[in-house]
Amino acid sequence: MSKIVGKEYFSENVVKLEVEAPLIAKARRAGHFVIVRVGEKGERIPLTIASSDESKGTITLVVQKIGVSSSKLCALNVGDEITDLVGPLGKATHIENFGTVVCAGGGVGVAPMLPIVEALKKAGNRVVTVLAARTKDLVILEEQMRKHSDEVIIMTDDGSYGKKGLVTNGVEEIINREKVDLCVTIGPAVMMKFVSLLTKKYEVPTVASLNTIMVDGTGMCGACRITVGGKTKFVCVDGPEFDAHEVDFDEMLMRLSAYKEEEQNDLHKIGR
Amino acid sequence: MALEDRNEAWREELRKATKNKDRVDIPRVRMNELDPAYRARCKEEVNQGLSKEQALLEAKRCLDCPSPTCMEGCPVGINIPGFVKNIERGEFLEAAKVLKMTSALPAVCGRVCPQEKQCESKCFYKQKLGKEPVAIGYLERFAADYERESGQMSVPQVAPSNGTKVAVVGSGPAGLSFAGDMAKMGYSVTVFEALHEIGGVLKYGIPEFRLPNSIVDVEIKNLEQMGVTFVKDCIVGKTISVDDLKADGFKGVFVASGAGLPRFMDIPGENLIGIMSSNEYLTRVNLMDAASPESDTPILRGKRVAVIGGGNTAMDSVRTALRLGAERAMIVYRRSEEEMPARLEEVKHAKEEGVEFMTLHNPIEYKGTEKGRVKTMLLQKMELGEPDASGRRSPVAIEGAVEEVDVDIVVVSVGVSPNPIVPQSVEGLNVSRKGTIEVGENMQSSIPAIFAGGDIVRGGATVILAMGDGRRAAAAMDEYLRQLM
Repeated sequence: MSKIVGKEYFSENVVKLEVEAPLIAKARRAGHFVIVRVGEKGERIPLTIASSDESKGTITLVVQKIGVSSSKLCALNVGDEITDLVGPLGKATHIENFGTVVCAGGGVGVAPMLPIVEALKKAGNRVVTVLAARTKDLVILEEQMRKHSDEVIIMTDDGSYGKKGLVTNGVEEIINREKVDLCVTIGPAVMMKFVSLLTKKYEVPTVASLNTIMVDGTGMCGACRITVGGKTKFVCVDGPEFDAHEVDFDEMLMRLSAYKEEEQNDLHKIGR
Repeated sequence: MALEDRNEAWREELRKATKNKDRVDIPRVRMNELDPAYRARCKEEVNQGLSKEQALLEAKRCLDCPSPTCMEGCPVGINIPGFVKNIERGEFLEAAKVLKMTSALPAVCGRVCPQEKQCESKCFYKQKLGKEPVAIGYLERFAADYERESGQMSVPQVAPSNGTKVAVVGSGPAGLSFAGDMAKMGYSVTVFEALHEIGGVLKYGIPEFRLPNSIVDVEIKNLEQMGVTFVKDCIVGKTISVDDLKADGFKGVFVASGAGLPRFMDIPGENLIGIMSSNEYLTRVNLMDAASPESDTPILRGKRVAVIGGGNTAMDSVRTALRLGAERAMIVYRRSEEEMPARLEEVKHAKEEGVEFMTLHNPIEYKGTEKGRVKTMLLQKMELGEPDASGRRSPVAIEGAVEEVDVDIVVVSVGVSPNPIVPQSVEGLNVSRKGTIEVGENMQSSIPAIFAGGDIVRGGATVILAMGDGRRAAAAMDEYLRQLM
């Protein structure tokens, strides 16, 4: 059982939770994720860690309401307990001084990108961050990103904030004006696919952090498997970060839809 | 102790009471089973156990041999005649006590051990009389069940605390058996489990119809009463390190983290939706209870389910598919039935329940729908060639003989590789090329304070072999720690 000690709404459907997890707070590095389960009949779902506070013994998760499990998690309040929380899982992000790094995040993917931006900056990189969202209200963690980035470019689909356009427009603009040594992208799979296609065109090495379906999160089930460079890999133990140019995003998108029907049928559980 | 001593007066009397010639004339008992048509559609346990009368009669068959060969076949060294004769004299609770002297999980072993390859294969009846062996497994289950249902569970005697802390990584059969033995010797034992339930493969792997979770829970509670502490949701190598454990005062670590990674066959279309490992399929159904409408975990169902493989896990998967409503449940196995590694009983049960056996067939490709869901599998027909390294005749493809079969769900059950998390996280730990932890005879690794056993050492074996490792590791770690003290 892990107690929730802080809760903040980033938007109607995006919630930031600060959770007591002293061991995880101590052991985790940028790029790691956890598995959470809400309720005795709850599902195990993976969530990337956004930040941690070792002295307080807490970690921060940013959750978007999508299906039954994420909605149950978002409905918890300060003082409530998460039934199970286990981690940190996966391999930590490889951090070194690459030179100039573009970090391109979309949606709630911006949250797990924060510790990576922080670590890259600390390692001496010039970090240019691109934050993308559908509309102004959905732009999250801007202030924290500015603190750890040399520059932040904001893109909104509707032009209500920053520049109008997609994340790829922002990334392309940077590539066109300066030499980029690495691109890191986290967000919806389809977004990462297009970032990857773009950077491949410009031959900019790119790392994508993938969020697939998982059950145990420790390599046991293989639900998270994807194809990287023609080989089957497990996101939970081989990842979650991979060379984006080698990832078969179309297969990943297809596999993400595996339980769509079942999930639709389950929505009555949360009164939808 | 009087309970299991062959020279006790009651034992001698018992031997005299019935002539051996009369004992050997008793036919072996048959297990009471649920009707196949009924059981194939529900979760209820298939084997119903023996009645008192059946158990008393079966126990009478045992000749109480002066040097019982059956015991040589038991990886944990249960005093077999010792418990069987207690059943014969009607002291069922005493029989359970004898079992618990050496086995932390008698109700589990009585259900899932391959006795036909172990104790029962060494029985005098089998070896010298050419008759069916004493049903040791059924009797073991009877005694353990009787004790549990009596409400008079005995807690094995625990030595006074020696104040030494030891840690166990993984709460599967190896870890539990190690924990039980160490607790009996007075150690303070903490078991760390990665999942949210204690029991490892006994919970996530073996289905309810073969091993009900409630039975595993009783055995775990028994260990708790012996003073064993369980910590869930904690991954040694991730949440805490082996160094953290040392710093926390743990003097020895037993790694029993199991076989983590499912193997796939690397054939085209294997990542289509509807194709999954047996680990995933069974974990969803057993651990996550996905088949129940209350569970948030989804499970894909299908009318036509193919399970690839011929082991016990494959049988568990295919029989689970039937219970989830499959109309056609198939085993696809590349060798012939004779080479199948699954227990005979599991194969028999699967057949009775209507599972189709497509032996000498090997999948070579899967084809999917537009949406990426598996639709058909291409099966290469095989024939048996020369024996291979395993001693089994190796399957050879019959050129051009390929069949396309409609399928909605495919469960790949072709083996597992060791879980890499602990081996990767401990510096200086010798690991084989296959990823298993290398240990000596006494289960000690290249790091003296770390012992290991079960599938992380064997790479994929049985519950009872894992338990045997746990016992051996406990004895060896005790010796090692005594030398240090």
